[in-house]
Amino acid sequence: MTAHIPYDHETELENVLERCNAARQAPLPDKDSLPEGFSGTLGHFPVYFPEEIAHAAGLLPINVLGGGNRLELKHADARMGSFVCSICRSTAELGLNGSLQGLTGFITHPICDAAKHLAGIWTRNFPEQLAQILYLPQNVNTPGAVRYIAAEYQRLRGELEKRTGHSVGDEALRTSIRTYNRNRRLLRELYALRRDEPWKLSCTESYLLTRARTRMPCEEHNALLARALDAVRQRNLRAKDKPRVVFVGGFCEQPPLEMLETIDDNCYVVDDDLLIGLRWITDDVPESGDPIWALAESFVERSAASPVQHDARKTKEGYLMEMLRASKADGAILTAAKFCEPGLDEQVAWSKHLDQERIAYLVLEFEEKMTSFEQMGMQLETFAESLLFALA
Amino acid sequence: MSTDILQAAQTRPLAAAPFDARAEGQRLMKDWYTGLAEARERGQHVANVFVMGNAIEILRSFDFQLVFPEINSLQTGVRKASEEYLRLSEDYGMSPDVCSYVKADVGLILKEQRHPAGLIPKADIAIASNMCSTFIKWAEIWERMLKTPAFVLDLPGQRGGNWKARPGDAQHAADSRWIEAQFRDLIQKCEKITGRRFDMDRLAEVEERVNRMMFHWNNVMTLNRVCPAPFNAMLDGLTYIGIMNVYRGTPEGVEFMRRLEEQLKDKVARGEGRVAEERFRLLFSGTPCYVSMRRLVELFETWGGVFAYSDYLTFASGGMDAGELVYDTSRPLESLAEVTALAAQRGLSNQFFAHERLAQQIRDYDVDGIVFHGIKSCRFVSSGMADTRDYLNKRLKVPSLYIESDLIDPRYWSDAQIKNRVDAFFETLHQRGGAAPLAAKAVAAAGGSPA
Repeated sequence: MTAHIPYDHETELENVLERCNAARQAPLPDKDSLPEGFSGTLGHFPVYFPEEIAHAAGLLPINVLGGGNRLELKHADARMGSFVCSICRSTAELGLNGSLQGLTGFITHPICDAAKHLAGIWTRNFPEQLAQILYLPQNVNTPGAVRYIAAEYQRLRGELEKRTGHSVGDEALRTSIRTYNRNRRLLRELYALRRDEPWKLSCTESYLLTRARTRMPCEEHNALLARALDAVRQRNLRAKDKPRVVFVGGFCEQPPLEMLETIDDNCYVVDDDLLIGLRWITDDVPESGDPIWALAESFVERSAASPVQHDARKTKEGYLMEMLRASKADGAILTAAKFCEPGLDEQVAWSKHLDQERIAYLVLEFEEKMTSFEQMGMQLETFAESLLFALA
Repeated sequence: MSTDILQAAQTRPLAAAPFDARAEGQRLMKDWYTGLAEARERGQHVANVFVMGNAIEILRSFDFQLVFPEINSLQTGVRKASEEYLRLSEDYGMSPDVCSYVKADVGLILKEQRHPAGLIPKADIAIASNMCSTFIKWAEIWERMLKTPAFVLDLPGQRGGNWKARPGDAQHAADSRWIEAQFRDLIQKCEKITGRRFDMDRLAEVEERVNRMMFHWNNVMTLNRVCPAPFNAMLDGLTYIGIMNVYRGTPEGVEFMRRLEEQLKDKVARGEGRVAEERFRLLFSGTPCYVSMRRLVELFETWGGVFAYSDYLTFASGGMDAGELVYDTSRPLESLAEVTALAAQRGLSNQFFAHERLAQQIRDYDVDGIVFHGIKSCRFVSSGMADTRDYLNKRLKVPSLYIESDLIDPRYWSDAQIKNRVDAFFETLHQRGGAAPLAAKAVAAAGGSPA
């Protein structure tokens, strides 16, 4: 008989975060260590991927997010030009060094040309894996977009059926949609909490909690999120004198944790686009009717925004302004990953717009492999002070 | 171009024989720039289009004056003026690490559309396909800076390796249906902009001309399979694709291609090659460096090396040279969607699986080596290039050279370094049992150079 340990919300949160951080750094599960109910793993590159389809096929969705700042490139330097962004190069490295050997497949998207080239690199080097581009449309405004996406999702479903050797039924898809709807609700709660009481949950903690879904079944992630939310709500922390900011530019390549911690030291990040692909669908996907159609329709009708998705209804400046307004932010941190063409283009557009709107912002360029944050820390400190001074 | 103007252009006398492709190409390009500068005075509507996935056939049926911003940007390079435009855009805030075509165009906007070739009109609409993701970001810049509405033409590309896009199968039907829906949407927008009703017969007319151009274009490409090659794909070929794009679907375009084929056939019959003594047949992968395009070719021709083909001629001419791509003018709109889907998969987005196309071209053009030209600011061309090279080296044992510069940024052209690498490459080809090197002896023929 074990002794009863009284509930302590800080310990509880610490345990959850520890599990999340361990998942972030864990190697790919092999056949023997796969969670129950899964027969393989399916890798997918940012930004958005309809994980429900893989989940229903019994393939654990693995969001491949590059190699962070502890991976040494031994092969990728010779396979991708030095002018390609870090996340694409380190993803190729993870493939070439065998870290992603067990994947059933790897799916990338037409978010940028470097990302599309990953499918070719995969095809040439890992012929045993399903290596494809899921052609999510860059035109979601023409009538017929939902029908096209549904056809593309059906194609993916068929590919996964071939790989797994069993059919993916509508009911299995609806079950997966229900599981992911719960996940979406929990993530929305997490972000609402950060918006309303940012002193209770840092951007880094929120990021770790969200990112855990990239390496574990959605069911387990749901349980962890629920525990974390309960614990965070009980946190009795006082608000500090920090400005409220929105962080953008983290939609694909991941900023190092140390960078997020440096930001947390100086500001409250009340909204961000970190891991936006995991939060792409902004409301519940219909749980009845044709599940493929429901997913396709949700991509068009209830979705977020990013620099790599064109949508005439959502200008890039417009959605940033909406993030600032809804989160009552005092300013913005406009980041872009080094060599990320869409991100760098957007950074110019955003900064010009915020100049026009007289909203304070800080421009930062990052790379997933960066290890020095002192200079960034000083920039952030100055930015935060100037914001507080202006607000005083 | 209004109908009257189009008809006037049709009756304009064409260059007298003998046909000089370079001179005729230059004349046509000059005419095009004159047409751009005068478009607004004529009351003509203007559309910005890219060379990959552009719905030109529909736009021409509405008599839009077409602007090719990529060609404007590369022309700043050809005319040695690109650095000024690039620096202007960098001063504005553009990163040194993004596409230099985009930056030159931002420079152009900052210079109030004043281009070395004349005034470029602001567009009423921009068509940006997803074939190169930068097209979309570029169009968003026009939306912001010029208030030009963007229409993103989403073309489902090649999904994976060994992908077979077969006309009429379920996948092709689904992709075509989506493209057709977008064309119908675009037509409505064009009707609104121009105040004119869409004319299906006009579309069929334009398509008929594109079919004829493609017929000659495919024959021209095939002629270079002959040894010696009658033209250099990376010099003469650049003139040809310029005309293929700018005059696509026009009587002038058809006539240029017809006469070009005729001229090159004669050349082949005479056994006349691009260089006096063809020693090495080469395949070029990537885009040219337009600030040094003649120099680049000279470095190879000095050794008797001729670029028999380049994947650039496929993807930068719309990707329609992949065979079976002929419009059925009895059902113009449906056929446009079907052919566009096939071209997107066989000729454009297969850049992401470049090893397949290059392996075929190595065989078709019987080349001795491949030259890969990595472009720092063009991820569409370059991101998978080193890996493709490694793959082809291992499997096909074809010697290859990798050089790096930029599309139009002279700051990235290192002449001595590139020359050393080219020379070393030819020494290797020689050691492998190829033709003896003609040390320091220029064998470049005088004829054939781009507009």
